Amino acid sequence: MDGEGSVRTSETANPKRQMKKIEAIIKPFKLEEVKDALGQIGIEGMTVSEVKGFGRQKGHTEIYRGSEYTVDFLPKIKIEVVLGDDQLDNAVATIIKAAKTGKIGDGKVFVSTVEEAVRIRTEEKGKAAV
Amino acid sequence: MKTILLNVSVSLALTMSPFALLAENAATNTPPAAAAPAKAEPNLEQRVADLEAYVSNGSRGSDAENAKVSSKLDGAPGPGHNAWQMTSAALVLFMTLPGLALFYGGLVRRKNVLSVLAQCLLITGLVTILWWICGYSLVFHNGGAMYGSLGFKFLEGVDSKPNGDYSYWVSQNVYAMYQLMFAIITPALIIGAIAERMKFAAIFLFMTLWMFVVYFPQAHMIWGIDGFMNGVWNPKAGIRAIDFAGGTVVHMTSGWSALILCLILGKRLGFGKENMAPHNMVICMIGTGMLWVGWYGFNAGSAVAADVIAANAFTTTTLATAVASFVWPMAEWIVRGKPSILGFCSGAVAGLVVITPACGFVNSTGAVIIGIAAGLVPWFFCYKVKAWFGYDDALDTFGVHAIGGTIGAFLTGVLADPAVNANLQLSTADPKNPATQNGLANIVANHMLWVEQLKAIGVTLVLACVGTAIIAYIVKAVVGLRPSEEVETAGLDLTEHGEEGYHTGAGQS
Repeated sequence: MDGEGSVRTSETANPKRQMKKIEAIIKPFKLEEVKDALGQIGIEGMTVSEVKGFGRQKGHTEIYRGSEYTVDFLPKIKIEVVLGDDQLDNAVATIIKAAKTGKIGDGKVFVSTVEEAVRIRTEEKGKAAV
Repeated sequence: MKTILLNVSVSLALTMSPFALLAENAATNTPPAAAAPAKAEPNLEQRVADLEAYVSNGSRGSDAENAKVSSKLDGAPGPGHNAWQMTSAALVLFMTLPGLALFYGGLVRRKNVLSVLAQCLLITGLVTILWWICGYSLVFHNGGAMYGSLGFKFLEGVDSKPNGDYSYWVSQNVYAMYQLMFAIITPALIIGAIAERMKFAAIFLFMTLWMFVVYFPQAHMIWGIDGFMNGVWNPKAGIRAIDFAGGTVVHMTSGWSALILCLILGKRLGFGKENMAPHNMVICMIGTGMLWVGWYGFNAGSAVAADVIAANAFTTTTLATAVASFVWPMAEWIVRGKPSILGFCSGAVAGLVVITPACGFVNSTGAVIIGIAAGLVPWFFCYKVKAWFGYDDALDTFGVHAIGGTIGAFLTGVLADPAVNANLQLSTADPKNPATQNGLANIVANHMLWVEQLKAIGVTLVLACVGTAIIAYIVKAVVGLRPSEEVETAGLDLTEHGEEGYHTGAGQS
C-alpha cells in the first residue's frame, strides 16, 4: 500500500488513531450483499452514495424512437467505511468476496489513511468514534 | 354524426298507454316549438314514433323541413345521447389535461417538463376564450364553404336545445363544448415538434393566429354543415371527403404544421451532440394510457349520439390501437433487438391517430388492417426518415400525427364500408340523404372514395403548411421565436415560468 511507512510513523505517535477509509465502488445490485457481509464481521456503520462513472466497462446505448444516445457514465454504488487498522484486511477481503461477479464492471476498492474522526454527539475521538 | 332515419309512421297496436304517459311527462319540460307556422299537434302514433327516433338517433316527425306536425320533444335533448356526449367531452379534455401533457412531458428533459405542461394549460384557456368569442361560430354556424359566420358569436343562441344540423338529440351547448375539446388538443399536439426551444410568448401568438388561419377553416370545411369537404352532410360538397373524428382536421393540420414550424424554428441547441433522452418514461406511459382511454370520447363520441355508429367506432378504435401498439414494438424487436416502452406507447398513439378518420366508417377487419399500417408506417418515419433529413421534430408530432393522419385519411377512402354507416348508403326514399345528393354514396359503392380523400389530403396539407409558414414568420418578426441560448440551456421551466419540476439533492426541502 502506498505511504505505508509514513502511516506506521503516525501510528507509533498515536496508536489510538490508526484509522483507514475504504471507498468501494461496486455494482448497485451487490449493495445488499456487501452490507450484510460487512455487518457480519462487525462493521457497524457505512455511508452509501449513488454515483456514476466508467472504467473498462464503458457505457451503454439507449434508443428512443430514432434517436440513439451513448451513455458513458454507468450507475454504481460507492460505499465508504472508516475503520480501525486492525479490521482493514478483513473488511477489504469481505467486500471483494461479496461484490465479485467475475465480469467486467465489478468495481474497485480504494484505501486511504484517515487523520482524525470525531463522534459529534459525545465528542469521542479516534477509533472510538468510528 | 346524426343518423338519418326516415321517420316512418309506425302503426302500433294497443299497448300504448305507458308510452303515452312517458311522452306526457317529457312534454311538461319542453318549451313550445319554435316560430314556424302553426303545426298540427302530434297524434299518439307520431309521439311514439318520436320516442323511437330518440332511441335510434333518428329525427322527430317535426324535424323535416316541410314538417306539418309538431313534436312533444321539440327542443328537448335526449338524455342518453346527451349523457354520452358530456362524458365524451370530458374524456377528450382528459386527453389533453393531463394525457398529452404527461405523454409529452415525460419525453422532454427534466429542465423543460413544466414548460410542456404550461403550454398545454395555456392552450386550454386560450382556445376556450377564442371558441366562445367566435371560434365555434366560424366552424359550426352555416356561412360559406371555408368559414362559417358569426351567428353564434359569444355562443349566442347556443343553448341546451339540439341543433338539427349536427344532432337531433344532443344539446347544442354540449356539442359546442365537445367540439371545443378538439379545438384544444389540436394545437396542443404541435407542441411536441417544437418542445424545449420556443418562447412562451411566441407560442401564445402563434397558436392564436393558427386557430383562425388553419383550424377554424379546416374544421368548417370538413364538419361544417355547408363545408366544402363535408361529403357526409353537405349535399353540395365540392370535395366529397369523409373524416369521422378528425384525421385531417386534427392530426394532419397539427402534424404538418408541426413540421413546418420546427423547420422554421430550427434545431434544439446541441441536437445530435447532447443526450436528449426522455427524462421520465414512466409519466410518458401514464400519459399514453390516458390518451387511449380519452380517445374513446374522441372517436366514439364523434357519432354525437350513443348509437350504432358510436358502437362501431368504439370497437374499431380498440382493435386498431391494440394492433398498432403490438406491431410497433415488434418491429423494433426485430430491427433493433429490443422492444421499448416508447415503442409500445408510440404504437398505441399511432393506432389511435390512424383509426381516427376511419373509426365510424370501417368494419373490424378494416380496423385491424389500419392497426398494422399504423404500427409500421409512422414507425418507419420516426426511425429512418427523420434521421435521413435531420429535422428536429423533438417528440415526433410529424412522424406520428402528420403521417398517421394522412395515411388514415387515405385508408378511410379505401376501407370505408357502407354497411357500418347508413350515411354512406344510397337513399331510396325521400328525403334523400346528402351522400345520395352529392354523389358520395355512389363514389363509395364504386370504390373510388380514395380519390376524394386524396383531394382533401391535398387541400389540408397546403392549408396547414402555407398557413403555418406565414404565421411563423409573422411571429418571428413580432416577438421572435427562440429564447436566448442562455435561457434554452438553463431550461424553460426556470427561465420562462420561475419554477422547477423536481427539487432534489442537498439544500432542497
